[in-house]
Amino acid sequence: MNDLRNLVSTLVDKHGRDEESLLPILQGIENSESYVSQEAMVEIAKELNISAAQVYGTATFYSFLSIQPLGKYVIRVCKTITCSMHGKNQVISELENMLKIKLGETTSDKRFSLLETNCLGQCHKGPAMLINDEPYTDLTPEKVREIIRDIQQKEFAVN
Amino acid sequence: MEKKHLKRLDLIFKNEHDTEEILAKVLAKKNEEIINDLIISGLKGRGGAGYPTGLKWKLTAEEESDEKYVICNADEGEPGTFKDREILSAVPHKVLTGMAVCARVTGAKQGFIYLRGEYKFLVPELEKAIAAFHNLLATLNLDFSVSVFIGSGAYICGEESALFESMEGKRGEPRNKPPFPTQKGYKAKPTVINNVETLAHTYSIFKYGPEKFHDLGVKDSHGSKVFSVSGDTPIPGIYELEFGMTLQKFVDDFADGDAKAVQVGGASGFCVPRKRFEKTVIGYQGTLTGPSLPTGGSMMIFNSSRSMYNVLHNYLDFFVEESCGQCTPCRVGTQQLLLGIQAVKKGEKPSLYLDKLLSLAETMRVTAKCGLGQSVANSFSSIVENFREEMIY
Amino acid sequence: MKVNLTIDNIAVSVDEGSTILEAAKQVSIHIPTLCYHEDLCVAGNCRVCVVEQTGTNRLLPSCAMPVSEGMDIHTNSLKVRAARKQVVELLISEHNAECTRCYKNGKCELQELSSEYILGDNGFIDLIPFKKYTIDNFSPSIIKDDSKCIRCQRCVRTCTELQSISALTVAHKGKEMKISSFYDKPMYEVVCTNCGQCVNRCPTGALTEKIYIDQVWEAICAEDKHVVVQTAPAVRVALGEALGMEPGEIITGKLVSALRRLGFSAVLDTDFTADLTIIEEGNELLQRLTKVLKDGDTSVKLPMTTSCSPGWVKFIEHTFPEYLDNVSTAKSPQQMFGALAKTFYAEKLKIEPENIVSVSIMPCTAKKFEADRPEMQSSGYKDVDFVLTTRELALMIKQAGIDFLSLPDDEYDSIMGQSTGAGVIFGATGGVMEAALRTAYEVVTGREVPFKNLEVTPVRGMEEVKEATIKLENVLPKWDFLEGVELKTCVTHGLTNAKKVMEAVKSGEANYHFIEVMACPGGCLGGGGQPIPTNLQIRQKRTEAIYQEDRLKAIRKSHENPEVQKIYEEFLKEPLGAMSHELLHTHYTVRNRQ
Ligand SMILES: Cc1cc2nc3c(=O)[nH]c(=O)nc-3n(C[C@H](O)[C@H](O)[C@H](O)COP(=O)(O)O)c2cc1C
Ligand code: SF4
Ligand code: SF4
Ligand code: SF4
Ligand code: SF4
Ligand code: FES
Ligand code: FES
Repeated sequence: MNDLRNLVSTLVDKHGRDEESLLPILQGIENSESYVSQEAMVEIAKELNISAAQVYGTATFYSFLSIQPLGKYVIRVCKTITCSMHGKNQVISELENMLKIKLGETTSDKRFSLLETNCLGQCHKGPAMLINDEPYTDLTPEKVREIIRDIQQKEFAVN
Repeated sequence: MEKKHLKRLDLIFKNEHDTEEILAKVLAKKNEEIINDLIISGLKGRGGAGYPTGLKWKLTAEEESDEKYVICNADEGEPGTFKDREILSAVPHKVLTGMAVCARVTGAKQGFIYLRGEYKFLVPELEKAIAAFHNLLATLNLDFSVSVFIGSGAYICGEESALFESMEGKRGEPRNKPPFPTQKGYKAKPTVINNVETLAHTYSIFKYGPEKFHDLGVKDSHGSKVFSVSGDTPIPGIYELEFGMTLQKFVDDFADGDAKAVQVGGASGFCVPRKRFEKTVIGYQGTLTGPSLPTGGSMMIFNSSRSMYNVLHNYLDFFVEESCGQCTPCRVGTQQLLLGIQAVKKGEKPSLYLDKLLSLAETMRVTAKCGLGQSVANSFSSIVENFREEMIY
Repeated sequence: MKVNLTIDNIAVSVDEGSTILEAAKQVSIHIPTLCYHEDLCVAGNCRVCVVEQTGTNRLLPSCAMPVSEGMDIHTNSLKVRAARKQVVELLISEHNAECTRCYKNGKCELQELSSEYILGDNGFIDLIPFKKYTIDNFSPSIIKDDSKCIRCQRCVRTCTELQSISALTVAHKGKEMKISSFYDKPMYEVVCTNCGQCVNRCPTGALTEKIYIDQVWEAICAEDKHVVVQTAPAVRVALGEALGMEPGEIITGKLVSALRRLGFSAVLDTDFTADLTIIEEGNELLQRLTKVLKDGDTSVKLPMTTSCSPGWVKFIEHTFPEYLDNVSTAKSPQQMFGALAKTFYAEKLKIEPENIVSVSIMPCTAKKFEADRPEMQSSGYKDVDFVLTTRELALMIKQAGIDFLSLPDDEYDSIMGQSTGAGVIFGATGGVMEAALRTAYEVVTGREVPFKNLEVTPVRGMEEVKEATIKLENVLPKWDFLEGVELKTCVTHGLTNAKKVMEAVKSGEANYHFIEVMACPGGCLGGGGQPIPTNLQIRQKRTEAIYQEDRLKAIRKSHENPEVQKIYEEFLKEPLGAMSHELLHTHYTVRNRQ
């Protein structure tokens, strides 16, 4: 709770106390916490002198802000038309197989979340996905395996 | 084996490292001259709506206000559009130059680039370019600075007034117009908001003069246009072409030889079937149903292996999610269109129900609050009318 | 500057900046609206108000579109009618249209609109089975039924613009978009003050008060129960509206008649305890002034604020908890009445308090919550058992088959039925202040308050924040420390204004002794339990009626109310005494801000 309060106040100091800072502050919370919790929203509301409901209203509008905890690596696969035409479903199946979760779920070790998203602006290189902020394009099941294996190995090395 | 009927242009992406020179040259001009140049050039907004850029700057310059803003719209969320990303990563200085000149002309001191969350990976390079540009501005004594505002995944925030709301910390719900952004934009102050590509084009106009720009293209559509080409094409990518081509010429160059339809302008654009390729011209002039189509630059090609029902279903899925939800025709209308085509496909509704849906789409066009809800009818009607059998069987 | 246009071929000239909707009204053309409300900023989201402009393909939202020179508008063209009908069809497809079960049946704007556009059964797909709508009926005051919501956002704008609370917000987007509290928690768990202003402006049955009509009928019909009813000041100037009368008619006599016919054992008046409130609260103010100005006691807080508006009380508990010691400890008239009904009144009439059912008729939804507060049981029982809004009473009168308009006038029962003009004006913003000044000034100086006809005009009216400074001169010896003191008072209504005042107090910018706050615009007469619709004009009419009622009263100062004098002699002994402390004063709770 205190950590959260510190995080919020650091973000508020950085971005300012006006309502205009709300989105950057929420993004900051999302980045460090993987989601925006109730407590975080109440804290932000106090700092910006707006209602907690207003923070909630804004937070739930944006699909990159989550009110559920997500994994360390959030995978968002584009489901829009050209990616869909070029094998998005195979990409998702492969991810589901590797991570042993279904679309919309988070692995039990809290490492990966698998989500769909709308057009990523990579349509000429579809299928495409984001892992956190990084785009991955021209995906094939083989390529997906490599990408995930790399991350898993990196994670393994860290622990 | 590329076919090349259409002339490929190289204005936007050509990088000659002459920003300082161009900026010094244009800033030496009077504001009226700059505006006049833009008006003569015939440059129109590349974000989709096609509003004359010179006029937009002029109106904002004429507003009395202690604060004004210049905003670059880099929310690029229209399915099938990816050119702004490339412009911002390849030639950010051109966009920044356009913003700085606009600031001088209008009296703005602050600028923002509203970058969609999906493009956050561009930020480090972009920040570098901005820092370098700020140094340049300091030597030119222009009091103007640019910051990046990052979106968080909401297509509607590309709509200008929703974008302002979003920057103000609110939900991205479009506002009533009037007042227009030139009168009351970000924080209710006069604001110029331009698409990335529009701003990049101003650079070419400053550099080569308005006449050169005006000479490109046709009639009401001057200059070049950056197209995002995707779908069933052997050469997907970003191409700078002249306005005024027919869709047939485009398909000859870009499709795989089996194109049955091209979606021009993304999910909110129009679907043109093969039989109309010859007659359809890409440009701004003409009416919505006429033979020429404006576009934010998205060209999605579908070959005969594709189900247009699936295409439409995918678009409607997109709108059902991305509608801000505030106005009735769009929030409920999109759901009804989606469930409606499903019901017809499954045989739960008679095929005549498609006509009720077509009339609903028309109602959405004339009653929805913003461009999103208004343009759902574009793809819906053009797909259902041209591929009616595919909707039923 | 004037702008000329034609609407349905009728020429009209209106001020620049007017909307098409306003212009149409001038030439007697009614354009249907749903999201538009006179008290609120324009949203332009329902799209039923669209009209056609010659030469424009798109229809224009008349509520949001300013007029321009030469416009040629058509409000009833085929295109307009077809579009409106489809918009209503869309709303209905998303709506749990079970009118026959709905509290708003017959009073619903959506229902009215759908009856104009005969929808038939060739509608769109019913979306209800695809939705997970919830009904929140945990609050003692308000029920929120999402399945009846048309997302017009009137409630959100009300709560934000008029009340500065934003307990309600719009959450999610696209098809998931909904009106929500913080985290979609039950309304009773969040900062909502129960003021009911949103209820008053909701066009459908999505936000309603919690209804206690059946419980009251049951009590009335129970052989062994003595059911007393009290009526708040603002009810008598508004009830008529819900029963077919024009705003601003005073129907006190008919109100009493109707209540008696409904079968209440005794028809009594909240105005009586309003007078009592003035005695207690006025003395509390004088006591605080004495402690601060004379004894230099820093533990006693000034400014003192009023405490009779439960919406305001809950607001300050959430938002300015550090100022709870500034709130008068005097209970609201409703709760004073409740506490006395089951003690003093019970003793007098020799009825067992457990057999008394105490009902109140209030212009307010927050009163339901107030009656439910755990501390409101000083009689040893729940002091007020059931609170009905003005609207619920109107419904009971209809249920009982009473022809209200032709009822004869009747008089309140005695003990706790007599009141003064000072009690009546409690119903209007500034009323408590005016009543308090009428009494306090006289206590301190021995003279009547120095305003013509006792009308303290500076605190009257709809201005957002009203201030009055009254210089105390030639005071009675007991109050010599007040000689020459300028008593600074402030009156405000609507919580947005209250917030401004409190912020000014907090920053030290404002320096008052006494502040009156009513949570609702215009005071209780604009309360959340009053007849629908509401707007400034209606509230002004009700205000005029209240002051008219005051003028007609024989006694117009609370301390001159004979029943009040008597209750001190016989029962309470003295203001702020031990008995008062036990029955008539209360304490407050710090609440969170979510
Ligand atoms: C739903 C919707 C989405 C839009 N998205 C974008 C966008 O991503 N980028 C953009 O430049 N304009 C977008 N626009 C258009 C903008 O509202 C605005 O017209 C444009 O930024 C103006 O710039 P321009 O005159 O340079 O085209 C969108 C409009 C609508 C209705
Ligand atoms: S048309 Fe759609 S996106 Fe636009 S305001 Fe209406 S609901 Fe929102
Ligand atoms: S809210 Fe209105 S339309 Fe809906 S069920 Fe109730 S009365 Fe009928
Ligand atoms: S009752 Fe009052 S405080 Fe509660 S949501 Fe409604 S307007 Fe807001
Ligand atoms: S609850 Fe009522 S006022 Fe609020 S949006 Fe729904 S219908 Fe409108
Ligand atoms: S369709 Fe997948 S990135 Fe555009
Ligand atoms: S009343 Fe005009 S849009 Fe709702």
